[in-house]
Amino acid sequence: MVASTTPRPGARRGSGSPEGGPPRSGGRGPGRVAALIPVRLRRLGLPYLLILPAIVLELLIHVVPMLVGMWMSFLKLTQFFVRNWSAAPSAGLANYEIAVDFDSAVGSSLLRSFVVTVAFTVLAVGLCWLLGTAAAVLMQGSFRGRGVLRTLFLTPYALPAYAGVITWSFMFQRDSGLVNHILVEQSGLLDERPFWLIGGNSFVALLVTYVWRVWPFAFLVLMAGVQNISDDLYEASAIDGAGWWRQLRSITLPMLRPVNQVVVLVLFLWTFNDFNTPYVLFGKSAPEEADLISIHIYQSSFVTWNFGSGSAMSVLLLLFLLLVTAVYLVATSRRRTRA
Amino acid sequence: MREPRWLPWARWIVLGSLSLFTLLPLYVMATTSIKPLGDVQGDFHWIPTTISLQPFADIWRTVPLAHYFANSLIVASIAAVASVTIAIFAAYAISRYRFPGRKVFSVTVLSTQMFPGILFLLPLFMIFVNLGNTIGVELYGSRTGLIITYLTFSLPFSIWMLVGYFDSIPTALDEAAQVDGSGPVGALLRVVIPAAMPGIVAVTIYAFMTAWAEVLFASVMTDESTRTLAVGLQGYSTQNDVYWNQLMAASLVVSVPVVAGFLLLQRYLVQGLTAGAVK
Repeated sequence: MVASTTPRPGARRGSGSPEGGPPRSGGRGPGRVAALIPVRLRRLGLPYLLILPAIVLELLIHVVPMLVGMWMSFLKLTQFFVRNWSAAPSAGLANYEIAVDFDSAVGSSLLRSFVVTVAFTVLAVGLCWLLGTAAAVLMQGSFRGRGVLRTLFLTPYALPAYAGVITWSFMFQRDSGLVNHILVEQSGLLDERPFWLIGGNSFVALLVTYVWRVWPFAFLVLMAGVQNISDDLYEASAIDGAGWWRQLRSITLPMLRPVNQVVVLVLFLWTFNDFNTPYVLFGKSAPEEADLISIHIYQSSFVTWNFGSGSAMSVLLLLFLLLVTAVYLVATSRRRTRA
Repeated sequence: MREPRWLPWARWIVLGSLSLFTLLPLYVMATTSIKPLGDVQGDFHWIPTTISLQPFADIWRTVPLAHYFANSLIVASIAAVASVTIAIFAAYAISRYRFPGRKVFSVTVLSTQMFPGILFLLPLFMIFVNLGNTIGVELYGSRTGLIITYLTFSLPFSIWMLVGYFDSIPTALDEAAQVDGSGPVGALLRVVIPAAMPGIVAVTIYAFMTAWAEVLFASVMTDESTRTLAVGLQGYSTQNDVYWNQLMAASLVVSVPVVAGFLLLQRYLVQGLTAGAVK
């Protein structure tokens, strides 16, 4: 609501001067009123006025809920208090104590979900980066069909997440899916039709689906990074006798380092927080082996309606992500300055 | 660049495998959508036994798809336009002014993009529910609640991309407009916005896609009357059976608007998405 009213003064000012009118009349109306305010003050205030709508919305939807979430994590916010949280009694640190008590059912399942998420993130980020880099490097220079390939590779990224993931869940069906059809009927690699969406295989199914959906992002950014490397560098090194491998190792990859720093961090944060892929692939109950942390918190909050405990887990997740991001930025920046 | 002799082979093997990997689900989605129900219940068939357009007719009856479609369209359009409007003003301030707090603002806004959605979900749910109970503003289950939430999701990226676009427009242009008597806002509206139009359209498409594809908040914050496509598509799986042919047909139908938009504006989107990361 705040959003729709704040930008209006600017818009009105614009519509007040139709294109046919003399160019000078546009600024005059509001200018006369504003003339009462010293010019310097106006100059100083304008940028703040311009970012005000964005600030208000960020506060409302991100900052305030985050603070509320932290407060909730110290409350005994069970289903009895969801509609009237002011009555919820304080829980002290109890929500946190349960979450990190790995002998309790809640704590041990959170730990298991965390381990699964770490393994998933390492593999998924690694694969997305590897495929993205390989495609970006091999698509350097121009050849026939390059534009078509680029469009094709970007399509999974443009597709709404649920549409792509639903298709994979059909392909992973035990009896009517394409994957088992290839593995069992056509190639005979396996004798029995395995289940892909329950049990241990669900981790593989999740990984394949996720990489299919997200590697185009790595490709997109790395391709732009590769294009930004000056041709002079390659020409100069070719005169010095450097071959393709040498150029890849000594020019392309080092020049991509700043891009890689951003891509890997963004991929890490997206992957660690991914909710859409497991939610659409498995429905509301993800199998233990593919129980990513976001869906774990979601389930344990909305199944038990214990929002206090869910909030405590969210805060722990945030602290972990902040810690990893800080360590990562310090480590990669130091390496960059040393190089 | 000098290429070793094996490189063209390596190129076609790697890019060929990646094409297959990318195409396989797209092929399955397209062919399954024209299969009769019998074809999708037994063993998988690469080629439909008979081609049937029946799924495309059935999808509108099995679930109220048109209704979900309209909800998604309303929510995503309003969120995208509002988000880009707000982002234009903020990006103009960041691109053209040096003011105390500029850096803090940019970093804070961008970092909220990185926080897990689940972190905001529970508190926002509680805030929306309790706002309805105490002051009667029904945001929970309403389109307004969803629109406000979605527009903040695309806001950080929109601002970031637009700052890149605005930076590439020479300040001499808006100074000339200001000499002509337009205020700074007049210069923004008459010079900067028209010059950055391709970027603005690309950002709008991006914001639309973000809202169109969102699942987590849609699954919690909507009820039957405001349900969006992201949640509504689950309606094709009943207790006993999943209408896979209809599900694929519906997935295809809901993907067409965004994929078409993305592919048409691919060039601008790629420029915008990558400008910041490469810098």
